Amino acid sequence: MLSRVADSLYWMNRYLERAENYARFMDVNYNLSLEMHPDISEQWKPLVVTTGDWELYEEIHGAADKKKIIFFLGFDLNNVNSILNGINNARENARAVRPEITREVWERVNGLYYKMKEGVEKKVWTRKDPRKFFMEVRESCQMIAGIYDTTISRTEGWHFGKLGQFIERADKTSRVLDVKYHMLLPSANSVGTPIDLVQWSALLKSVSAYDMYRKKYGKINPPSICEFLIFDKNFPRSIMNCIEQAHQSLETISGPEEGPLNLANKQLGLLKAHLEYTDVTEVLASGLHEFLDEIQLNLNKVSVAIFETFFSSQNILKRHTTS
Amino acid sequence: MNKISFEGYESKNHFDEMFDADMKTRPHYELFQKRIEKMDWKKLNFLQHATDRAQLSLGMTFNVYSDNQGMERILHLDIIPRIISGSDWDKLEQGLSQRITALNMFIADIYGDQKVLKDKIIPSELITSSACYLKECVGLKPPENVWCHITGSDMIRGDDDEFYVLEDNLRCPSGVSYMLENREILKRTFPELFEKLKVRPVYNYAHYLRDMMESLTPKSPASIAVLTPGIYNSAYFEHSYLAQQMGAELVEGKDLVVKNDYVYMITTSGLKKLDVIYRRVDDDFIDPLIFNKNSMLGTPGLFEAYRKGNVVLVNAPGTGVADDKAVYAYIPKIIKYYLGEEAILKNVKTYICDERDHLKYVIENIHKLVVKQTDASGGYGMLIGPKSTKGEQAEFIKKIKANPRNYIGQPTINLSRVPTLTDDTIEGRHVDLRPYILYGKEMKIVPGALTRVALKKGSLVVNSSQGGGSKDTWVLDS
Repeated sequence: MLSRVADSLYWMNRYLERAENYARFMDVNYNLSLEMHPDISEQWKPLVVTTGDWELYEEIHGAADKKKIIFFLGFDLNNVNSILNGINNARENARAVRPEITREVWERVNGLYYKMKEGVEKKVWTRKDPRKFFMEVRESCQMIAGIYDTTISRTEGWHFGKLGQFIERADKTSRVLDVKYHMLLPSANSVGTPIDLVQWSALLKSVSAYDMYRKKYGKINPPSICEFLIFDKNFPRSIMNCIEQAHQSLETISGPEEGPLNLANKQLGLLKAHLEYTDVTEVLASGLHEFLDEIQLNLNKVSVAIFETFFSSQNILKRHTTS
Repeated sequence: MNKISFEGYESKNHFDEMFDADMKTRPHYELFQKRIEKMDWKKLNFLQHATDRAQLSLGMTFNVYSDNQGMERILHLDIIPRIISGSDWDKLEQGLSQRITALNMFIADIYGDQKVLKDKIIPSELITSSACYLKECVGLKPPENVWCHITGSDMIRGDDDEFYVLEDNLRCPSGVSYMLENREILKRTFPELFEKLKVRPVYNYAHYLRDMMESLTPKSPASIAVLTPGIYNSAYFEHSYLAQQMGAELVEGKDLVVKNDYVYMITTSGLKKLDVIYRRVDDDFIDPLIFNKNSMLGTPGLFEAYRKGNVVLVNAPGTGVADDKAVYAYIPKIIKYYLGEEAILKNVKTYICDERDHLKYVIENIHKLVVKQTDASGGYGMLIGPKSTKGEQAEFIKKIKANPRNYIGQPTINLSRVPTLTDDTIEGRHVDLRPYILYGKEMKIVPGALTRVALKKGSLVVNSSQGGGSKDTWVLDS
């Protein structure tokens, strides 16, 4: 498949996954702010820290403010990661690969683009309760992911899309866990109190993990939460599961390789092994933050390697003679 | 709620496609009228809105500005169809087939033996001075000696009930995706009418297009692609649509590389050879080594690969020479010369400003004429005499005198009208007709066309860039 097309499919899915996550964060965070005592402020700053956009936010909008943050994460064109930019980019990419995706996928992506436009016109961020909008955005993204899976052939293009989706998802799960875990842990005096439970539950809900976690562990317990979100083999948003699925897609794309693995396959394989050869006790003992930080760095490396291996026409021209 | 009625509709002074001058409904519109008169206004407006929404949802949009934050617009689709009787169509089809056959022979001759010039049917200077004449193509012979694989002739029907060819559009005619998608949308709008009226289907177009492309190469299966300038091009929707319908790759210039005079796509698993390219990039931009040096849209070396016969380009470079508005005047003679037949389709009388007595006539009668730049299209570079000011006329005369080769004059023809939905009524609006002709090993004309409509009251300019919209075109069985 054309390199440019593979590139676009990868990014279309990454952007959609990112938008879905952001929309879920907003919804969950809003819910959380309703449960909290009015004295406990600053529910919104950690959200921007999670997405890694705090510096930019401060530069543009100054101090943390609920409406400003909802605008910033949802609709700010100055924020490359905002939902609006994500959907715009996803649509541009979908448009560029229109012959590769089905009409049903395209129409949904296009429809979501118009929904976001409507959101801007109606200034959703000024609403007292904007949850309905973000819930609909999240559902649209989920719907697109579903239609992508149920209407597109399992050829190379589909796998590039999955690769983008899972790498993005692994990154977001690791970020949520990183920020929230450290924010929640020091409040030793509130461990076991209702507020504490609410916060830990919110963390799980931010990555749609609450129900499945409860089913497996029953009790809310920070190390178990870590274990579930990092190492669970079966939960589709755990880092481990995302890496495994991404790895499967990458292997299918690469096909049987004679000689050394390609760069992308190497990087992702290393990351997978890294996860497989450790456990939650070790991670908590040696430092969760350092561990998650490294995962994020490695995910970036994988993304760069995918570009170098499959998308960069210069590299491809260098590597291949005619076939 | 008020039922739809055509009372008060004005069908005098212009040829109307639905009614004669005495408001008697033409037979091929009778069933349609019966159906629509059963509807009320609310329903009709609802159907029109649903159409707008369907177009947005399909992404049938074009960028008004060439950046991603720019406005996107749809080409307004008016739900009242333009209906053509089977007998009218059959004559059109015959005429187009004759015309394209002759034009193709003409192009092949111009880049070959130039008999038509030696026999003084057309002045040589007229050809060599044409901006669309490519000396690089002299001596080339594309497969089957076919040059104009895809043509989208602009036709109009005048007050005299005759069809005229206005322009031949032999380069990269656009709009066929609208012919196809308009039909899909209207099938949802008036499902029962399609059955009753026996509208001839157009859905085969993409198959024919692919067959035509494959007929130009011995390779089987052939590797084919549509070359687009990219997503910000105003016709991008069409490029992606056609690629998808044909199951072809959609490529940009930067996706291609030429090695040893073969054209390859850059793919995730290396380089893959292309056999036939339907290029929607103009001649000037396909190869920076040969033509426009600054072109970012093409691929260096593409022309050499084409010259060596290693890749087929659709349409062949150089077809624009037969599309020059001054050459247009000679087409009836061209048909006679190559086929020994009288032209079935009429030409509009054309005054070539490069000829002294014609120039004089044009300047003296500019207020009555349409003046066009010979190498322009899209409704640009033209003056409609009866709708222009004295100042505009004076300015055009100055331009014509400075470069007479660049201008022609034609009598203003009243385009026929079709009932069209306006805000709260139905009024006649002027339309043209653009059928699409495919030419590979054999010629194929799908029974349908894009009907463009000038939405502004009284306007004769149907171009989408100038306030035009479109209609679905129904060709009936009989």
